[in-house]
Amino acid sequence: MGVVTESQFHVLAVDDSFFDRKMIERLLQKSSCQVTTVDSGSKALEFLGLRESNQSDDPNATSTSPEVEINLIITDYCMPGMTGYDLLKRVKESAAFRSIPVVIMSSENIPARISRCLEEGAEEFFLKPVKLADLTKLKPHMIKTKLKKESEKQAEEVKPEIEEEESPVIEILTLHQELESEQQEPMLSNNKRKAMEEVISTGRSRPKYNDITTSV
Amino acid sequence: MELAQMQKSLQDYTKSLFLEGVLDSQFLQLQQLQDESNPDFVSQVVTLFFQDSDRILNDLSLSLDQQVVDFKKVDPHVHQLKGSSSSIGAQRVKNACVVFRSFCEQQNVEACHRCLQQVKQEYYLVKNRLETLFKLEQQIVASGGMIPAMELGF
Repeated sequence: MGVVTESQFHVLAVDDSFFDRKMIERLLQKSSCQVTTVDSGSKALEFLGLRESNQSDDPNATSTSPEVEINLIITDYCMPGMTGYDLLKRVKESAAFRSIPVVIMSSENIPARISRCLEEGAEEFFLKPVKLADLTKLKPHMIKTKLKKESEKQAEEVKPEIEEEESPVIEILTLHQELESEQQEPMLSNNKRKAMEEVISTGRSRPKYNDITTSV
Repeated sequence: MELAQMQKSLQDYTKSLFLEGVLDSQFLQLQQLQDESNPDFVSQVVTLFFQDSDRILNDLSLSLDQQVVDFKKVDPHVHQLKGSSSSIGAQRVKNACVVFRSFCEQQNVEACHRCLQQVKQEYYLVKNRLETLFKLEQQIVASGGMIPAMELGF
């Protein structure tokens, strides 16, 4: 087992209903996650360290709690003020936090809503009431993010100029490395298929490591 | 009463709630979340549900009694009640809320009044049943026994 699976994952859960927060908190705890709950999208952004106005000249704007690393955000869709969808957009627009996987929950099964969220970058869309079995889908996303962060750290030590011209080569190498390290872990076949499709279709405009790693 | 008999009573009682459709499998999900670290989770969550629901039903009564009913106020309440009843497995309450919401959409005040009555009826029923269930559990625990695990295989 890799180092990644031994450390606990920290999830930020967002829901305006106290009752629902209690439920999702317990579900996540039961799935061995550390949980922080907040009751609104703006509080979620505050917790992450993203100000509403996105002041880049503010030296304190990077993070209010730098020691807290959030591995996943799970949010209700229907909330007053900032909806889960708005929160998703804000997170994905932020350079610092876009790599954090976001999951949307909703009690309403509206296909247009679901596809809109997925298109905006949500990893999963859960229908409420969320079940324990649903949460097992979260681990791969959180592990993937940790792996990505680790390989990004390694890549920084290599020459950064390589990125533009040789990116296809590096992408293939990385995938190969990921596949090798995976042999120690069980693989989820449908995520692998998805990842393979991404490698084939990926263009230069895509962020380099986005979604080409296979889950472990 | 003997411990084994109490445990059997509890199981039979719980089973009957499922068979009557008062509870659905989501209630079992709740029980799965209860363990040694959270031994009272189910009763805590259900108590929370009761508190929430009492408040919501009260607000709904007030809203529907207005001269001009503001459905923008009524619908979110019903939505919330539908959500929480669904989360604890109170199937009949949830179903009554679904009907209620469709009449809210039509802005049919008459029908909404009827729906509210229906929701209240189902709510008081499940509340009564669950309170009985928790009493049975408490009796077992007080006698030093374990609550038998419930499976939906009947």
